[in-house]
Amino acid sequence: MKARYLIPLAIFVAMLAFLGVGLKLDPREVPSPLIDKPAPAFRLQTLDSPSRVMTPEDMRGQVWLLNVWASWCGGCREEHPVLVELAKSRAVPIYGLDYKDQPGDARRWLADFGNPYTAIVSDPDGRAGIEYGVYGVPETFVIDKAGVIRYKQIGPITPKALQDTILPLVRKLNAA
Amino acid sequence: MLLKFISPFLLAAMLAPAFAKEAAPAAADPVAEARLMELSSELRCLVCQNQTIADSNAELAVDLRNEIREKIQTGMSDAEIKDFMVARYGDFVLYRPPVKGTTLALWVGPFLLLAVGGGILFFNLRRRRQRDAEPELSRDDQALADSLLQTDTTKETR
Repeated sequence: MKARYLIPLAIFVAMLAFLGVGLKLDPREVPSPLIDKPAPAFRLQTLDSPSRVMTPEDMRGQVWLLNVWASWCGGCREEHPVLVELAKSRAVPIYGLDYKDQPGDARRWLADFGNPYTAIVSDPDGRAGIEYGVYGVPETFVIDKAGVIRYKQIGPITPKALQDTILPLVRKLNAA
Repeated sequence: MLLKFISPFLLAAMLAPAFAKEAAPAAADPVAEARLMELSSELRCLVCQNQTIADSNAELAVDLRNEIREKIQTGMSDAEIKDFMVARYGDFVLYRPPVKGTTLALWVGPFLLLAVGGGILFFNLRRRRQRDAEPELSRDDQALADSLLQTDTTKETR
């Protein structure tokens, strides 16, 4: 009979647990269906010289990051120092996809904050972004030697995400 | 099943103001434009997640409407266009997600909860009815109680 009175408390605790977990979930983090799929193709001009065209095939044989960014994007600004540090460590080459941006703005942005990118392609109309399922910049893809997407970071790369997830994955993929 | 009948009306009701606002860019082909609206009103905009692509004015939604319009013009079927979207953004873009392993909880969960709630209600009601059906006191108990009360009052009055 006594246990009956504990039922509301139990329900309350269970609800609290669910709500607590719900608070921690980020509805913006939609799992990408592209994980373990080949990186979608693009043929885009580089930011530096419009005469040079790059495709993901050019990076075949190495583990690389594709970082989708834009000069108008606040989160990219937040993420940028992490990328600059990562580039200095030479742990993994970072390729940039300049998403729906003005080339002039992008160049100025890089001049101001530093350029961590091995190369940058321009995606002025966002078509390549759609192929990659980009819905919010910054987004970063970890792509393996065979050109398969292995991980997607949605939102800025935090130092924690870099140390705990991305770098261990890169090491594992490089060893493979 | 019921949901299936209601949801188009519900959706239409919810979208009616949006459609009114969304004066489609004067397109050459009104049929294609109607298809675009129908398709994009079943696809979720990932930027403003509670809006459809038809509804949202987010840049991505505009881009995706253009993408869908192009796909319609090249003669892709609705199913092919939806597959294109799902391949890039996942089942999350569908306002009516397919029934499969990962979405099972979504589809079955409410009915499961309803069954559990109904079960609890049923057993509680049945127990209550059983309790009500029982006489409050048996004949012997009543006699005993009477005699006790009697002795009590006699004590009191003495």
